[in-house]
Amino acid sequence: MTMRWFYYAAPQTFYGLAGRLWPWLAAVALALTVAGLWVGFAMAPTDAQQGEGYRIIFVHVPASWMSMVIYLAMAFWSVLGLTFNTRLSGMMTRALAPTGALFAFLSLWTGALWGKPMWGAWWVWDARLTSELILFFLYLGYMALTSAIDDVRRADRAGALIAIVGAINVPIIYFSVKWWNTLHQGASVSLTRSPSMAQLMLWGMLLMALAMWAYTLAIVCYRVRTLIIERECHTDWVQALPEVAGAKA
Amino acid sequence: MRWETWSEFWFMGGYAWYVWGSMGMTAVLLIFEMVQARQSHRRVLALASAQHSLESP
Repeated sequence: MTMRWFYYAAPQTFYGLAGRLWPWLAAVALALTVAGLWVGFAMAPTDAQQGEGYRIIFVHVPASWMSMVIYLAMAFWSVLGLTFNTRLSGMMTRALAPTGALFAFLSLWTGALWGKPMWGAWWVWDARLTSELILFFLYLGYMALTSAIDDVRRADRAGALIAIVGAINVPIIYFSVKWWNTLHQGASVSLTRSPSMAQLMLWGMLLMALAMWAYTLAIVCYRVRTLIIERECHTDWVQALPEVAGAKA
Repeated sequence: MRWETWSEFWFMGGYAWYVWGSMGMTAVLLIFEMVQARQSHRRVLALASAQHSLESP
């Protein structure tokens, strides 16, 4: 079993695996998006308090979840990278970062567009919003730092430190609505009690969350292949790839 | 279907700017990311191919 994991952790094998996976993941993401938008916009009822404005939830909550999950995934790969010194770890961390930054931005953007009509403010400095903004800056910091260091291995190690140390912020975001008095509402979905939403609203939101999971896996599989070729282009196996050897330069 | 007409759907009960501003930005950024990923993949493949032609005449 252990051998198997390290087998797939070799860039050469992972390149092939990710190449076979991403089209399927992309197809699943598309199907789930269509289903989620249909449930969210054609079936889910109007909210008693927020009217149709609540429908922002179908991107806001999934994007916010993904922004946190992706950061934890970056921390996970960084721990693996620092411990086992595997080449793939740094590439996975880098492949995840832009998508994480994108979701953190979308969380803030859709949150502002939701806050304005419901709270009367685009932005407030409450614990939930501020910690999510810090998460966005952590993504930007990670990308700026890794792209500023020319030596790839050193850049990966420096980036891994930001990813691991910054991961402390993720539980702070998640529990901020419990720990502090925030304008932001508490969790709509929790594992310990039944959700405080109508069934169809919940289904629309969960379908959109699954769609964003599938999208993230697809784009990361795609992007990590670019990074693998970029870093390993001097190797025999990359030079022997049909897409490299076959193409006329 | 919850909507009687398309214009009612686009109106979103008066929250059109907020709801479509959220959905629109999400769509734009995701499409941008996909296009960008495809372009950099092609660029890197072209570089690797150029190196291939240099090394194996």
